[in-house]
Amino acid sequence: MAYIIQGDTGDWEVVIGLEVHAQVISKAKLFSGAATDFGAEPNSQVSFVDAGFPGMLPVINEVCVAQAVKTGLGLKAKINLTSVFARKNYFYADLPQGYQISQYDLPIVGEGELILDLPDGSTRTVGIERLHLEQDAGKSIHDMHPSKSFIDLNRSGVALMEIVSKPDLRSPEEAGLYLAKLRSILRYLGTCDGNMQEGSMRCDANVSVRPVGSTELRTRCEIKNVNSIRFVQQAIEYEARRHIDVYEGGGTIDQETRLFDSAKGETRSMRSKEHAHDYRYFPDPDLLPLVIDRAMVEAIKAQLPELPDEKKARFMADYGLNAYDAGVLVAEKASAEFFETVARGRDAKAACNWVMGDFFAALNASGRTIEDPPVSAADLGALIDLIKDGTLSGRLAKDVFALMVETGKAPAVLVEEKGLRQVTDTGAIEAAVDAVIKANPDKVQQVRDGKTTLLGWFVGQVMKATQGKANPAMVNEMLSRKVLG
Amino acid sequence: MSLDKSTVRAIADLARIEVQDEELDHLAGELSNILHFVEQLSEVNTDGVLPMSSVADITLPMRADVINDGGYPDKVLANAPEAAEGFFTVPKVVE
Amino acid sequence: MTTLLNLSLAEARDALAKGEFTAVELTTAHIKAIEARRDLNAFIVETPDLALDAAKASDQRRKAGPAGAMDGLPIGIKDLFCTEGVQTTAASHILEGFKPPYESTVSARLKAAGAVSLGKLNLDEFAMGSSNKTSYFGAAINPWKKASDPAARLVPGGSSGGSAAAVAARMVMAATGTDTGGSIRQPAAFCGITGIKPTYGRCSRWGIVAFASSLDQAGPMARTVRDCAIMLGSMAGHDPKDSTSVNMAVPDFEKALSGDIRGLKIGIPKEYRPVGLSEEVAKVWDQGIEWLKAAGATPVEITLPHTKYALPTYYIIAPAECSSNLARYDGLRFGLRVPGKTLDEMYRKTRAAGFGSEVRRRILIGTYVLSAGYYDAYYAKAQKVRRLIAEDFRKAFETVDVILTPTAPTPAFGLDENTDDPVTMWLNDVFTIPTSLAGLPGLSLPAGLSADGLPLGLQLIGRPFDEETVFRVAGVMESAANFTAKPEGV
Repeated sequence: MAYIIQGDTGDWEVVIGLEVHAQVISKAKLFSGAATDFGAEPNSQVSFVDAGFPGMLPVINEVCVAQAVKTGLGLKAKINLTSVFARKNYFYADLPQGYQISQYDLPIVGEGELILDLPDGSTRTVGIERLHLEQDAGKSIHDMHPSKSFIDLNRSGVALMEIVSKPDLRSPEEAGLYLAKLRSILRYLGTCDGNMQEGSMRCDANVSVRPVGSTELRTRCEIKNVNSIRFVQQAIEYEARRHIDVYEGGGTIDQETRLFDSAKGETRSMRSKEHAHDYRYFPDPDLLPLVIDRAMVEAIKAQLPELPDEKKARFMADYGLNAYDAGVLVAEKASAEFFETVARGRDAKAACNWVMGDFFAALNASGRTIEDPPVSAADLGALIDLIKDGTLSGRLAKDVFALMVETGKAPAVLVEEKGLRQVTDTGAIEAAVDAVIKANPDKVQQVRDGKTTLLGWFVGQVMKATQGKANPAMVNEMLSRKVLG
Repeated sequence: MSLDKSTVRAIADLARIEVQDEELDHLAGELSNILHFVEQLSEVNTDGVLPMSSVADITLPMRADVINDGGYPDKVLANAPEAAEGFFTVPKVVE
Repeated sequence: MTTLLNLSLAEARDALAKGEFTAVELTTAHIKAIEARRDLNAFIVETPDLALDAAKASDQRRKAGPAGAMDGLPIGIKDLFCTEGVQTTAASHILEGFKPPYESTVSARLKAAGAVSLGKLNLDEFAMGSSNKTSYFGAAINPWKKASDPAARLVPGGSSGGSAAAVAARMVMAATGTDTGGSIRQPAAFCGITGIKPTYGRCSRWGIVAFASSLDQAGPMARTVRDCAIMLGSMAGHDPKDSTSVNMAVPDFEKALSGDIRGLKIGIPKEYRPVGLSEEVAKVWDQGIEWLKAAGATPVEITLPHTKYALPTYYIIAPAECSSNLARYDGLRFGLRVPGKTLDEMYRKTRAAGFGSEVRRRILIGTYVLSAGYYDAYYAKAQKVRRLIAEDFRKAFETVDVILTPTAPTPAFGLDENTDDPVTMWLNDVFTIPTSLAGLPGLSLPAGLSADGLPLGLQLIGRPFDEETVFRVAGVMESAANFTAKPEGV
């Protein structure tokens, strides 16, 4: 579905490229042995290297390199066996060395791709430009003192992967799907936890607009450090509209860095840009070129987990799921595993319906996570088994499921405790049916006169009389026979 | 390449070194001389020559992913001209 | 006491082993010598109490068991090496008061070998200079005097000027130096001592205040070739904390001093005899060639065609790296802070007040050559020429074993000379810089005196990681030169 913005002069489209900074999962930092845990006391996870002390030198962490390679492989990207670390020079309070060690000309990972799963079940491929390794900066805190900023270097030197997309995205929605898919892949790979609130995944969006039908790339603005998918979408929406208004007002857009103000839903130009940026990149003389063994790449490749796209294809092929359901289920590795546990040896469609329906609803309502679900996959499977063997009707099963959420007990236990077993005894059902018929001769006559829709009312009365336990199929069959004759 | 005063000012800004106006002329002359001197290199034919960033004829060594450093905030802060509550402090930064 | 001061490291080591005197006695003698020669301004920080403690500990160690390779030997540390708890300034105002909470790998190794540090030695600010005049703490003075003008104060060379002056004046037995473009070799030549810049990667750079990372290398400065060999053995070795440190066994350099250089081919590069090379320097060089010939080596004329371009190459690469390496001196975490209303004002004022004019000049040049639009014309070009310079040496070493050149184009000059033009000052390093760019080992030893009574040095350049051959040839040359002259007052 094309995203078209109507302007006064015509229709416009938006061109979006995303730069995602993903914190590498590693125990220690990219170039030092200090820890990377979130939320530690200020400056307690800082080595003299991270604090840019005189004479300190970087030594690269092999796991961070492996994680970047793994991520590159997950994005079906070219791995550059030789890559170079460069210094990006600028002054900032939380950049202790006065430069960030990053990669410029020769990143560790080159071009790759990422497949968007669109809501209609179709897919679209977005190009990945590159992935490089770099150091994170520290953190400046501006609200602890009226006239001072406080600097905590715990993050300084933590490994980041900067993952740059090609300008292939055409709507805020696609940008959201891209981020969700990228996060999903990173989590499958175990290379980044994707937690945007804690800042372990951050996004800069490059946005420009052009008249529909044009292929030009106009001046873009970079919106920095947006910390949720929703905000990225809002920021793009706002920024695109702003560009159109400027162009249609006869103005021009300056290439600049902007901040998103989530309270106002606006982007604004970053102040204090009295200095033109000139990062003076040059190869870091403290680090030699990073040379990776092809065997190392092959070993990582051999151990890659099944990734969302492959899993989705398999779910569709093996379980007969549609693209949408399969896409939802594989988005989180844990959901996919949950589903597979439920579906194993059972009717996959039923498993899918239960997981996508009642289970996800209960999960959302409970505020728990798929790793700590309100109902275990084994219990949900057992519930489906109870339907299959006739112990529970579909309706009873929903009641039992609600009790499972409430009590955490296994379905068989609840069926016993609460006496919720479906009644399939013909005699008992017949007695209930007869009692309802006997008590309502006028309604029986109405049915016989042709108002067959009233049969549903009879079913309801019988179910009520049996506390819902009667087998609905048997009740239907018996009522039809007895009322209609 | 001769540097004018505004270029010297711009470089000094990039390098975050305050330079007084009255120093600019002298600095521009001095830096221009140096540039003239190093521009001899343009005589050298370097077609097809790869830039040499390091003479070290080894590949980049890697460290194991082990936590063996940090955990000494007092030492990190001990030399700070200004610190409070475990943080370095600077004049407030407005973004 | 004066006899203790004139011993070589090797002699003192052997005498300590025999119990002829104690480390405390040896150290005390040197502490007195330091007090007596404060006029030379060789030290930025003297640490006599720490030194005596270390000497006592050394004497006890020696009683208890085997002593280290440099046990009880008093040395000085160039104030570019971070020393735990002892102020380290790089001779810059911007680091004044900085007490590193860590010890550089090289100084830690020396201390682990038992060496006793007498304090921190003066240098050009951030090791940028060839005179020691750029030190925030004032120039160090050369103990040598011109015969024609004994009142004139001379520079000790730089940047390791305090190290060279202190070794020459017998205030320390040896000292650490660092060499980026000649900072060990040129002051060694000016002060009539011996110093070697080993191959890049031989000594760890960890904990040494960085000037130009692709060039900086630590090395020993002492009064004999053997002393340098002993001391380098205690400084060198692989350090996993420095990614450019080479994982290679450290040879026994002292053993390399076999005295036998028969059959070796000595390269004599014709480009090092430029028009205008002073006659006395040329004479000492020719004399050096004769000594080596007499010892059975063969001089071979070689060509290092890109020599002329080494200086401009260096003065792009070194400032570029320094402009980035010195960005961390921002008044935030250590050293000087000049307050400002904004963060930027604080940076600007701190760095303006903290850096001297030579350092500022190099930062500005380095910033410029790396800036957008100029990178290719300057920095990338210089890196390519650097490769050509390294290639010149590689080709030369296909036919020769070691190269002999003068160390510096002139003897030590007066404190008030060479002040106007930075480029003229840089010419001091014209013979030492090519070696640095190629990362090769280079040793300077005193080979004679100028007509005015000042020491002149010769430089021996070796293949990568072949310091042994350099030492072997240097040892032979040292015997032949028999340089016994001493500065006044020693």
